[in-house]
Amino acid sequence: MRFDTPAGTNPIDRLKVVGKPLDRIDGPLKTTGTAPYAYEHHPEPANAAYGYVVGSAVAKGRIRSMDLSQAKAAPGVIAIVTAENAGKLGKGSFNTVKLLGGPEVDHYHQAIAVVVAETFEQARAAANLVRVDYARAKGRFDLDEELKTAPLTGGSSDEGSSAPGVDRVGKFEAAFASAPVKFDATYTTPDQSHAMMEPHASIAAWDGGSLSVWTSNQMIDWGRGDLAKTLNIRKDKIRFMSPYVGGGFGGKLFLRSDALMAALAARAAHRPVKVALQRPLIANNTTHRPATRQRIRIGATADGTITAIAHESGSGDQPEGGPETAVNQTKLLYAGANRMTSMRLAVLDLPEGNAMRAPGEAPGMMALEIAMDEMAEKLGMDPIAFRVRNDTQVDPEKPERRFSERNLIGCLEQGRQRFGWSKRNPRPAQVRDGRWLVGMGMAAAFRNHINMPSGARVRLGRDGIVTVETDMTDIGTGSYTIIAQTAAEMMGLPIERVVVKLGDSSFPVSAGSGGQFGAPNSTGGVYAACVKLREAVAQRLGYDPANAVFEDGRVRAGNRSAALAEAAKDGELSAEDRIEFGDLGKKYQQSTFGAHFAEVGVDSYTGVVRVRRMLAVCAAGRILNPKSARSQVIGAMTMGVGGALMEELAVDKRFGFFVNHDLAGYEVPVHADIPHQEVIFLDETDATASPMKAKGIGELGLCGVGAAVANAVYNATGVRVRDYPLTLEKHLDRLPPIA
Amino acid sequence: MSSLSDLELSRRGLLAAGAASAVVAVGPEAAAQESDTMTPGLPPMPVSFEVNGKVRQLSLDTRTTLLDALREHLHLTGTKKGCDHGQCGACTVLVDGVRINSCLSLAVMHEGDRITTIEGLGTPDRLHPMQAAFVKHDGYQCGYCTPGQICSAVAVLDEIKRGVPSHVSARLTDRPRVTNAEMRERMSGNICRCGAYSNIAEAMAEVAGGKA
Repeated sequence: MRFDTPAGTNPIDRLKVVGKPLDRIDGPLKTTGTAPYAYEHHPEPANAAYGYVVGSAVAKGRIRSMDLSQAKAAPGVIAIVTAENAGKLGKGSFNTVKLLGGPEVDHYHQAIAVVVAETFEQARAAANLVRVDYARAKGRFDLDEELKTAPLTGGSSDEGSSAPGVDRVGKFEAAFASAPVKFDATYTTPDQSHAMMEPHASIAAWDGGSLSVWTSNQMIDWGRGDLAKTLNIRKDKIRFMSPYVGGGFGGKLFLRSDALMAALAARAAHRPVKVALQRPLIANNTTHRPATRQRIRIGATADGTITAIAHESGSGDQPEGGPETAVNQTKLLYAGANRMTSMRLAVLDLPEGNAMRAPGEAPGMMALEIAMDEMAEKLGMDPIAFRVRNDTQVDPEKPERRFSERNLIGCLEQGRQRFGWSKRNPRPAQVRDGRWLVGMGMAAAFRNHINMPSGARVRLGRDGIVTVETDMTDIGTGSYTIIAQTAAEMMGLPIERVVVKLGDSSFPVSAGSGGQFGAPNSTGGVYAACVKLREAVAQRLGYDPANAVFEDGRVRAGNRSAALAEAAKDGELSAEDRIEFGDLGKKYQQSTFGAHFAEVGVDSYTGVVRVRRMLAVCAAGRILNPKSARSQVIGAMTMGVGGALMEELAVDKRFGFFVNHDLAGYEVPVHADIPHQEVIFLDETDATASPMKAKGIGELGLCGVGAAVANAVYNATGVRVRDYPLTLEKHLDRLPPIA
Repeated sequence: MSSLSDLELSRRGLLAAGAASAVVAVGPEAAAQESDTMTPGLPPMPVSFEVNGKVRQLSLDTRTTLLDALREHLHLTGTKKGCDHGQCGACTVLVDGVRINSCLSLAVMHEGDRITTIEGLGTPDRLHPMQAAFVKHDGYQCGYCTPGQICSAVAVLDEIKRGVPSHVSARLTDRPRVTNAEMRERMSGNICRCGAYSNIAEAMAEVAGGKA
């Protein structure tokens, strides 16, 4: 199905199943521990051995020699694979750095060996006996130092966030110089780790030249293709399966070393091998969100109309890597005739930087939305009013191009009322509650929607059960449930009559999970397949497909009516299709909008920050399931609190690695850090986005949260911190005197 | 191993597990066979404990954690390995009614213990009230930390009931109450990176009979 004109009325608009806050259909499995994750497929393959990955102990250099003799002689050891005996390997299209290092080492904890043994304990013990002689080389680990000479570099996250090296509209410098009110500040965001709860893990089993991999991956087709490319085998020789993914956040978008090492280890051991990256390896072995240095300049007239806006960002990555596209949203979010964005990319020898939830916008909005707060204060304006003043219904760079739907103002106004914004004292450091300094802050939320082709197969069984098969993944997002809702709505069934099978490369290729493109596109693909199945059903029943109505388990056409199952009584019906997109996404700017609000208390004695209340208001097209969508947003708000207050991979600039590389050192929010969270969805449908009229939501929920919290901290203390995370030592010595 | 039914249960476990692991039905012969693949210097050690009401006898490498005994030897993979270092809480199980991180505990230390895992709380067809509340309030997303959260949540309500104080209890001598602050504090050893905390608090409050 080609989607190239805005959707008219269709069966989804009945909203009998879609749009309902249904419990997740995978809930009973997940809450009883019976949903199988990557490391847990024990009935098949049988007799798996255990692989344990050895990570490089240096960040940059060369392996002079490896002494495997002790490890090989250790009890239970079956095989050891290194670059020397792995055979010739390619590199995946989505990988910046090769996954198996040696003799050259590209970054700290890059995999350099996998030790296979009968048991986990034996593999771990033997891995500790691998002796490596390194020739350590000088590396580039200091972002600020390397940015001094870094070139302007454009780039794309491949997820709807992109910008050229320099982008200009009008004459920024002149307009800024002559602006009556000017603001200029620099912000920093640190390297961050996805820190999903399920480690990267894979089981690999060879059968002759065919390879089966049970893994934890957001993008089945990308992972399968890159594994084939790396192993130099044909893609159709690999079956890649990921029915449950224990969190990804972008960290499992790509093939990672667990899958490659499991495949190599299984080939060497001549039996199935299971590999999970040990937690302390993950932060440096895999990818991370790169740190940024961002300068923002805003010029405005006295009434708060922006006349000039510039956003410049610098980040670093491995050679051949890309920039963190932190300026993208500044091209689209606010009006202003004179605009400039630019990005610089330094080459670093730290681990590979890559996508983490809302790449680009997450760190970009952390800076931009503090800057907007600061500028509003400078103008003597309410920060909501300042944003409303500079709203735009068209792409500011291409005014002939409208936003398909844009209700930022609605989000801001709803939030203002629901959060009790009128109680905020615009003068900072005025409100006290006992020992606590109390403040409120807000920020706009923005994230693009993008269209991705997505396929599905739908089968109607003799029992009247509809089964959906697609290689789409559910990484906690609710894919199982919204796909079941879509098929149920299309076929006129209750959700209990739909079975959903996901995450298997033997199913049609879907959009996959990333860039908040999963929900609208994967359900769009299911919609397309269901349209075909409806035609097949009508045909089988001898009805006119154009007039057939699918409702309450029955099919009606004119005076005739039959149970849906009737159509399959002589044999199962099956239909497959994919949704593909025309140029609506070019004709219209398709984006999602929101507003984040936070109230914090700052301990006047210790500087500790506690979040007291949070609210998000979102306008993101049709909400397919308000329960799971709300969870996406509160989860993102939680990650935003982490980004605001605690998350930072600390760089050792001497040896070139992230020091706090486990879940004790890399702090993420825990229960005690998160208050009750409120989410409001504004009623919206976007007919240009897909037949579902839905857009993404999972990343919108993160974009702006950090700034809302930071602005609330400033409102509480009067101390502006522009260096994330806002840990207490950054404002403690400047807090107001204790009353 | 005292009764026939125990023996049968163990054999069923062995069948379910396949032939690869060190699940031992009964008797010293099986244990001796197992030792063929073990380090000469590290003889396997027999251990017997009750898991979800069934007596399980294992002969294990002494380095095996309780977590790996459950996951890799008994194939009870509902208990998750998130960090293997006691940092995340995904491996939380109840031992004699008290929650522990099973990754920080060697299996052979649990001779005679009564262990309850997520599989022992309820099944998809017969959910424990806490499991049902997690489903209703969407107290999970990816599901990987969820079994640990649920085991912890059940134990937390019991701790409060038993009067065990926490860091946020105003007085050590007063009986703690089921408040949002008490639950959040006590649950803070269980990380949920998807960020379902607010919903988990709702689920726990419902089971506790209060408001989050």
